[in-house]
Amino acid sequence: MDPRYIGQSVRRQEDDSLLRGMGKFVDDLAPHGLTHAAFLRSPVAHGRIRTIDTTFASEVPGVIAVLTLADLRPVLTSDRLPVQFKSDGLPPNIGPYILAKEEVVYVGETVALVIAESRAIAEDAVALIDLDIEELDPVTGCHQAVQPGAPKAALDRDSNIFAQFEMGYGEVDQSFATAAHTVSLSLVQHRGGAHPIEGRGVLAHPDSLSGQMTVWSSTQQAHEARGFLIELLGLDETLLRVRTPEVGGGFGAKYLLYPEEVSVTAASLLLGRPIKWIEDRREHFLAAIQERDQFWDVEAACDASGKLIGIRGTMIHDGGAYVPQGVNLAYNAATAVPGPYDLPNYKLSVQAVATNKVPTIPVRGAGYPEGTFVMERVLDGLADAAGLDRIEIRRRNLIPASAMPFSTPLKSRSGSGITYDSGDFHAMYEQALKEIDLGGFADRKAQAAKAGRLRGIGVACGIKGTGRGPYESATVRIGKSGKVTVFTGAMPMGQGLKTALSQITAESLGVDPGDITVVCGDTNTISLGLGGFASRQTVVAGSSVTVAAKAVREQALTIAAGLFEADVGDIELVDGMARVKGTEIQASLKELAKIAGGSPGYSLPTGVTPGLEATEYFMPSGLTYGMGVHAVELEVDAETGAVTLQRYVVVNDCGRAINPKIVVGQIHGGVVHAIGNALFEFMGYDEQAQPTTTTLADYLMPTAPEIPRIDVHLAEYPSPLNPLGVKGVGEAGCLPTAGAIVSAIENALGSKNQLIQRIPVMPQDLFQFIQQGKQTDAA
Amino acid sequence: MTNSAETLHTVTLTVNDVPHEARCVARQNLADFLRHDLQLTGTHVGCEHGVCGACTVLVDGLAVRGCLMLAVQAKGRSITTIEGLTQPDQQLGILQEAFAQHHALQCGFCTPGILMTLVEVLQDDPDPSEMALREALSGNLCRCTGYQNIIDAALAAAAALRKNQK
Amino acid sequence: MKASPFAYFAPGSLQEALDLLGSLDNAKILAGGQSLMAMLNLRYAMPDQLIDINGISDLAGISDLGARLSIGAMTRQRVLERDTILLQKAPIFREALLQVGHIQTRNRGTIGGSLCHLDPAAELPALAMLYDATLIARSANGERALPMAEFPAFYMTPALEPDEVLTRIEFDPWPQDSHFAFVEFSRRHGDFAIVAAGCLFTVASSGTIERAAIVLGGVGAAPMRLTEAENSLIGQVPGKEAFDSAARAAQSIEAMEDSVYSAQYRCHLSEVMTRRALIKAWDRQQERAA
Ligand SMILES: Cc1cc2nc3c(=O)[nH]c(=O)nc-3n(C[C@H](O)[C@H](O)[C@H](O)COP(=O)(O)OP(=O)(O)OC[C@H]3O[C@@H](n4cnc5c(N)ncnc54)[C@H](O)[C@@H]3O)c2cc1C
Ligand code: FES
Ligand code: FES
Repeated sequence: MDPRYIGQSVRRQEDDSLLRGMGKFVDDLAPHGLTHAAFLRSPVAHGRIRTIDTTFASEVPGVIAVLTLADLRPVLTSDRLPVQFKSDGLPPNIGPYILAKEEVVYVGETVALVIAESRAIAEDAVALIDLDIEELDPVTGCHQAVQPGAPKAALDRDSNIFAQFEMGYGEVDQSFATAAHTVSLSLVQHRGGAHPIEGRGVLAHPDSLSGQMTVWSSTQQAHEARGFLIELLGLDETLLRVRTPEVGGGFGAKYLLYPEEVSVTAASLLLGRPIKWIEDRREHFLAAIQERDQFWDVEAACDASGKLIGIRGTMIHDGGAYVPQGVNLAYNAATAVPGPYDLPNYKLSVQAVATNKVPTIPVRGAGYPEGTFVMERVLDGLADAAGLDRIEIRRRNLIPASAMPFSTPLKSRSGSGITYDSGDFHAMYEQALKEIDLGGFADRKAQAAKAGRLRGIGVACGIKGTGRGPYESATVRIGKSGKVTVFTGAMPMGQGLKTALSQITAESLGVDPGDITVVCGDTNTISLGLGGFASRQTVVAGSSVTVAAKAVREQALTIAAGLFEADVGDIELVDGMARVKGTEIQASLKELAKIAGGSPGYSLPTGVTPGLEATEYFMPSGLTYGMGVHAVELEVDAETGAVTLQRYVVVNDCGRAINPKIVVGQIHGGVVHAIGNALFEFMGYDEQAQPTTTTLADYLMPTAPEIPRIDVHLAEYPSPLNPLGVKGVGEAGCLPTAGAIVSAIENALGSKNQLIQRIPVMPQDLFQFIQQGKQTDAA
Repeated sequence: MTNSAETLHTVTLTVNDVPHEARCVARQNLADFLRHDLQLTGTHVGCEHGVCGACTVLVDGLAVRGCLMLAVQAKGRSITTIEGLTQPDQQLGILQEAFAQHHALQCGFCTPGILMTLVEVLQDDPDPSEMALREALSGNLCRCTGYQNIIDAALAAAAALRKNQK
Repeated sequence: MKASPFAYFAPGSLQEALDLLGSLDNAKILAGGQSLMAMLNLRYAMPDQLIDINGISDLAGISDLGARLSIGAMTRQRVLERDTILLQKAPIFREALLQVGHIQTRNRGTIGGSLCHLDPAAELPALAMLYDATLIARSANGERALPMAEFPAFYMTPALEPDEVLTRIEFDPWPQDSHFAFVEFSRRHGDFAIVAAGCLFTVASSGTIERAAIVLGGVGAAPMRLTEAENSLIGQVPGKEAFDSAARAAQSIEAMEDSVYSAQYRCHLSEVMTRRALIKAWDRQQERAA
């Protein structure tokens, strides 16, 4: 039977309340007796706290409490946060303090907190806390961090190195001996922040009737947050519930339990009052995680035909002051280098080091954009060295469809092998070239040249591992009201997950998706959950939902079969009814649910089990990989270094698309985030590691006029790894973007033997690059 | 000046055609006032320094940043917020409907400011070009959608509104 | 962040405002708020008293005094952008204003606020400089006229006394057939320019340039006139050669640098933007003629 709901761009169930201004975000919640928190944050990148004098701050009318770590200790089991993703060899002391203890290690680190009748008053008091700090030398960059005699980023660690490891396979050094062409690159990659338009926020709400603490948080991970909170506060699941209201975007910044969430909850336990803290934009710059800098020094080799032989080199990753998720970011980046290409030999030495800057964990893309950029630069460099067309060299190195599934010798962070499960990369590549009308490019370039403009084209590919496990939870239930409800630990922050899950449920139960309620982000409704990261939710939660919904379908059919004295195979579920096909004999799901609910003292009909309900924790056997090809045309203003994007084509494999409109929307967003990283967004620090970009007027996120139309084509190569055949797309859009743009810039300039090695490409840098190019061309 | 001495000002105004009177401190900005004093939380706050546009509301029909205006300055004014876009019969208005049709919102946090800006823009220019719309929305950041569906929704809404006018 | 506390005054007349300004300590004037409110919210500015001049109706408006135009300090940028008198007599205003921030900021931002905020890259101070405008300030002691050239005291600081309010700006519009253009290089639409250039010139019946004015924004602490370039244009036939050579004069200016853009780059952009402004001004008229 053809799917009725899956694959349709049904209207999103999220939209109606949001479009009316009725969606409730965390700052929209205001329980009776609400108080407000503001934080004193470290004004210096590195220092030793001498004293914190809260006397004047406490005297401000309207202030309820001024709290330091010592004040919170009675309700804390630990002074610092645990590391979320542990891996072998990580040193101790790499998780943030809940409030600073003796040392501060980045500007913005939480030092003390004020609870007051209003946020404004809390901020007045923060300004009156007398913080006496002895300034220490900061580590301002990761090269400095590893130099002998460098200051230590944190005094309680033995070194500035969080981790170092080797990644790779094959016989790289021998392979270089056979190279026909080589290229060396020193790539500097900056990836800024997440910057959802809604910042972080938390409301701790103790309920004196139930004795339960409810923590409302704008988070990507309700269950993980609960897990850490009960551990840090010495509570259990019956005493603490985490709920998420609408979440105004996350992009990685909200996949972490932060010191603010812990300290606000601790303060609320101490004071017995509801407390809300809403991150303002300045705080998002100072204290929400970023992804930031990586420095890659790599050499690559190919044979005479342009086929890759090997890549070797080093990468140093700026982890910032703490790495609350270990070194997954550097790890992902290193595994992402081969991408959709057949790379026979690979060796990379990685160092993840500490600096006195804001901590890092993955932002949308999670290291993959960086690895992808390296490979794309390598291919451009080798093409130039071999005198090959840049578009052709990719063709020669893409993994052929005949090799699918393709196992690389690398292992993912979980330890499982990296296997590309399905897809025809060449077909997608050719489609992208066709969609951007490669054939017509020469004409367009000539036209632009007539008007004095330099036009260029660039193509790049990337592949993202999506659908991380180990599992996601889902319960599908038809209640006695007849209402279908889905409960899951997956966490939407704008992706339309509820709509997608309702479509999947609808497919099995024959109910209109709009009539299905999906409950996410409430730890009281389902016991386990991992939440929203790694483009995983439709893959993993979607699979759990489909399995659970099918089980409920079987239960419903069994009851109906008994009721109608018909064969299960003759019954269909449509429009909220169970019906004997081709007859008028039918019963509503409500009636079936009542039967399954039973009556006190009476037995259930034969073969019927209690309730119309099933819970599933789908466990994917591995990541499912979705390839993307981006083709971009742009114009360079050689006099200023400005870049104007003109055309943008994406061909992306999303496996089976549950809701194509939603999928395309995800890709639009990813591409534009990555355009920001390629051309605009830069988080600056001065020589003392003081952030210099702390407003959205300084940190340039792309706005509508800078963005061209993005023409997205979905390739649907079903994944064999899950029952729906889906692949994740949340991050897909941001992988090949920078590679394609930079390649197109060089194509526009017609520069030879000169490669752009730093992103974002700022106009001033590009102008200098052009000037240097002129000099080398002249020489 | 100490906090307890902070004077309360009485602000009388209409919001979405409903008269309101409330008392607030001088430093309260209009967005916070609408959200926290009048409980109209549809207007959002994303930066408080005038760049993101999430706080955009109409003041006497003109789109302005709610975070860059004091509540006391709204005395006697007529304000329209996203809550005022829904039709009296509870149906979505043309612009809201176009946003749903074109998947022009994801998390929906930027949406109120974008809708309110577009109300003025489409009144001003009923038949805008795509580039004109992109420029008109340059003061509204959206991290989720990449803008394209927003522009498409606005173009569709403009066409529908023109048809209605006829 | 939320603003720190202040006392709020909304005088209904200029006299009342001047009296308040003369008597209150650490007071600030609130005009459109599009710069000041952001600074208050960030606690970069922490005045004890705020004097809101939005209620003083006679501070807003555009008057055509024949040979001279007078614009009230509280005239909104969005009003200026659409004003028919201005469109006719000084169309460069609209061209420049469309590059000032966004619809929402122009709906409230005022010309007086922009002049007093005096951001080095702001368009309106650049226009005031281009027109050699006169700025009229008033205190309880009376009125004072300042030529725009003397208005900037330091970086982002006008030469106003603490008790003075800027009430209006006056300038002589150029002849109707003047050529004009305002171009800028900025990262995103509506951002403050990295370098902006505005120009006005007239061409005599003989076909040579008779009078010229060029201003650069974003380059120095205050907008600067390119006198050398202006002089070099006089008597020249408008066209590539004259424009190129005038623009080259920008090479010798002293440009500022910041954490992102070097002085050298700004200097280079000044030349490029000057040339583009001149070309745009000239081409537009040619297009119209055609
Ligand atoms: C997102 C954004 C983008 C922007 N982009 C640009 C841009 O591209 N170009 C640009 O030029 N501007 C830009 N601005 C600033 C905007 O134009 C402001 O309107 C302008 O700088 C200040 O005008 P205002 O009326 O809002 O003044 P206010 O912010 O109210 O006041 C500014 C300063 O001037 C003083 N002041 C105001 N009026 C008087 C007076 N009559 N007498 C004495 N002192 C006075 C105030 O005390 C204050 O110190 C932008 C603003 C934002 C928020
Ligand atoms: S909150 Fe007002 S512009 Fe961002
Ligand atoms: S929809 Fe999320 S910011 Fe625009």
